[in-house]
Amino acid sequence: MENILDKYTTVLAADVTVWFKAGTVKDFPSNRGGCIKYKDKQIAIFNFERRNEWYACQNACPHKLEMVLSRGMTGSADDVPKIACPMHKKTFSLIDGTNLNGEEYSIATYPVKIINDEVLVGFIE
Amino acid sequence: MINIIVVGNGMVGFKFCEKFISKLGQEKYQITVFGEEPRRAYDRVHLSEYFTGKSADDLSMSTLEWYDENNVILKTSELITDINRETKTVHTHHEKSYSYDYIVLATGSSAFVPPIVGVEKEGVFVYRTIEDLDAIMAYAKKIKQNGATEAAVLGGGLLGLEAAKAVRDLGLNPHVVEFAPRLMPRQLDKGASDMLQSKIEELNIGIHLNKATQYIAGETQITGMMFAEDELLKVDMLVISAGIKPRDELGRLCGLEVGVRGGITVNNKMQTSDPFIYAIGEVALYNQMIYGLVAPGYEMADVAAEQIMQGNKTMRESIDMSTQLKLIGVEVASFGNPFLENDNVTAIVFENKFSGIYKRINVSKDGKTLFGGILVGDSSDYNGLFQIYSNALALPQDPSDLILGSRSGESSTMGSVMDLPDTAVICSCENVTKGTICCSITDGTCETLSDVVKTTKATSGCGGCKPMVVDLVKEAQKSIGKEVKESLCEHFQYTRQELFDIVKINKYTNFYEVVDHHGKGDGCEICKPIIASIFSSIYNDTANKHVTTQDTNDRFLGNIQRNGTYSVVPRIAAGEITAEKLIVIGEVAKQFDLYTKITGAQRVDLFGAHLSDLPKIWKILIDNGFESGHAYGKSLRAVKSCVGNAWCRYGMDDSVSFAIELENRYKGIRSPHKIKGGVSACIRECAEARGKDFGLIAVEGGWNLYICGNGGATPKHAVLLAEQIDKATVIKYLDRFLMYYIRTAGPLVRTATWLDKLEGGMDYLKEVIIHDRINICEALETEMETLVGTFECEWKQVIEKPRLLERFNHFVNSSDKDDNVEYVPMRDQKMPKPWN
Repeated sequence: MENILDKYTTVLAADVTVWFKAGTVKDFPSNRGGCIKYKDKQIAIFNFERRNEWYACQNACPHKLEMVLSRGMTGSADDVPKIACPMHKKTFSLIDGTNLNGEEYSIATYPVKIINDEVLVGFIE
Repeated sequence: MINIIVVGNGMVGFKFCEKFISKLGQEKYQITVFGEEPRRAYDRVHLSEYFTGKSADDLSMSTLEWYDENNVILKTSELITDINRETKTVHTHHEKSYSYDYIVLATGSSAFVPPIVGVEKEGVFVYRTIEDLDAIMAYAKKIKQNGATEAAVLGGGLLGLEAAKAVRDLGLNPHVVEFAPRLMPRQLDKGASDMLQSKIEELNIGIHLNKATQYIAGETQITGMMFAEDELLKVDMLVISAGIKPRDELGRLCGLEVGVRGGITVNNKMQTSDPFIYAIGEVALYNQMIYGLVAPGYEMADVAAEQIMQGNKTMRESIDMSTQLKLIGVEVASFGNPFLENDNVTAIVFENKFSGIYKRINVSKDGKTLFGGILVGDSSDYNGLFQIYSNALALPQDPSDLILGSRSGESSTMGSVMDLPDTAVICSCENVTKGTICCSITDGTCETLSDVVKTTKATSGCGGCKPMVVDLVKEAQKSIGKEVKESLCEHFQYTRQELFDIVKINKYTNFYEVVDHHGKGDGCEICKPIIASIFSSIYNDTANKHVTTQDTNDRFLGNIQRNGTYSVVPRIAAGEITAEKLIVIGEVAKQFDLYTKITGAQRVDLFGAHLSDLPKIWKILIDNGFESGHAYGKSLRAVKSCVGNAWCRYGMDDSVSFAIELENRYKGIRSPHKIKGGVSACIRECAEARGKDFGLIAVEGGWNLYICGNGGATPKHAVLLAEQIDKATVIKYLDRFLMYYIRTAGPLVRTATWLDKLEGGMDYLKEVIIHDRINICEALETEMETLVGTFECEWKQVIEKPRLLERFNHFVNSSDKDDNVEYVPMRDQKMPKPWN
């Protein structure tokens, strides 16, 4: 079962080799998430319009490995943008994927950029 | 000026400085710290977190400024080579000399490397410092590129298992090699160790017990470990974590008394054989023992600091080695004497191989004293047990309740933290007592939990005592009459009731308006749904209006299930349904392959619907006359009924008709928590109406109305509000009651708990609802009338408006369903694949 998570490793903007077009800005309603498919990955993308920021992370919650993070609620903790899993309310930083409940597991994050209304997510492969 | 030289800049050396400068009269002393490592002192307890992304700075225990501000001189990368006790000077490898009045040796320990042939080979590491970790990471990366997959850890103790996790985090398969016949031989007995082993093996970590390594195989690089009887374990890396060796070289060199197996001998003042030289931490041999835990090290630091300042604090005779931690995700704890067994002691053991839990406590034969114990798999009882052990508190009648929980219906077996004596040590790492924590609040030094943490340092070690500290602070705040404000979350300093009024008075209709004007930040999973629910309660907005701030159930109008699919519950008011409609439900379940079950609310639940199937399913249901059952909402669920006088020979009234009327009246209204109702046609109470938030029982001359009951975790019978009233009066009282509850209850508070907390209780509530004492009944009725008159089925809204359908796709860029959803057969149906 663990191997679902093996697919997801944080990608830093500087290391990106592929900018994948996930859709256009209007495909992602403001302040919540949408899930996209990229190869065998499920990636959750958040149009955090209130902060004028975009984030992406793995869609799988590392707690029970279900593909649900895109359906969670966005929010902030001490001004760190976060996502709360809809299953058991585990929360993660959208900046670096840190677990904000002090548990061990964390999530992989991916860079997002918007060019001409297109939403691009960065991958290494 | 009196000069103190601290040799060693580890956790204990740092703690000595911290303790020393906090004491009165410290201005007369000058502390100089020498550390051979290039870094400032860092947290070695959490060293493995370096592998999971913590930086050296994150692990650092202090800042450079700290040393400046406190006038402590820090010399890193400078090694003391010699102590001249005659002239009271030390020499460093830079050929410098410093004179001293006192020396504190806190040189700690190094990794013990067993004398195995070939340990010098490339690829063999110890697990001790950040530099070791850097080297391990670099090597792992290199060999992985060459296709290596296996790595070994020598030592199945605490640190060895930590190292195994680290190796796994680096992407290699760890093999733990232990000489003893069990894991963690110092802390665990056979049963506990077996349980730990099976849990760790489940994670694909190899465990090799009873293994004596003959030599390390390989030319220049390690390729394997050869055990006795020509058994070879092929590995490309080895991390040695087989114990510690006190760094007592300096002590030996200047002729201090040392133990046979190393360590500088100290008395209970932490003095070595030279009264001007102290030794603390893992280099100190106290009572013929080296203590490898942080808590005793910190205590030694405090004793040495006191002694140097002519205080009289001494080290306790017996040192507590209790410990609680999480090893590779498995909770492990041991306290007191974990192994004790003799004529006066009985061990009580609980073992559950199914859930991987092992618990053992050692209790005196008379059942009065707890001597120690072990917990594996679930250490949630640790704090309570440890307090009972260390304060010698009385045990429950049946001591097995301590690990099995009370089975006689009595409440908690551990008692409350408030029952502990003031001398009880709450935070063992920092040695903070209950008295200190409570006093810091009651004497006005601290106001909040974070003040207490800063001032007393409680919880700053392992953090295991946090729940107890939180409770103590809350109770201490209450004891001085300080209002403990029940604010929602970090974004709002208001209660739900206050926010309800704020929204209503200002006519807000958008979450961000509220947070911008009355809160801060961007909201969170706590405040967003509460405010969405308040909007619904005030304006009767359906959940479709506040999609972004709703929790997943309200956002997708279904209950999320274990595998991320949803369940579908159409309304079957009062449980009355025609054969035609039952067939429709059956057909839908068949078509979409759903698991079906009758619920406790007299309806049918269809499980396992993919997000994108939800609108299709509801289209069919609605076309056939169904509507949403709001099973996902904090709102009225159902009004349960018995069959009533239409059929029943005992029935006094038509319970089904009345239940249908009530269910239709209150359906869809959002409330602080779910609401359930029941109507029984006679006192036999087949509808279990008194187990509901509102319940009606037909009696001679009308209906008896009961309110504020519930089943669930804390069952409560509803309480009589009015007797022998007619239907119109029932509805009048119910309107008032429900609206008053919706307006004033806290978030996720059911009616029973709400009533418990209501000042004046049921008598007051009767005054408000029946006698209109606070003159709000008219307002409550009007508000309820508005809600009742504006009901719309939210699922009907969705299937009629294509714009609302968009959110029911799993992917934005594909119409595929979630391919991660897997089912296994169960009886004649199916269920989601079990969680690991």
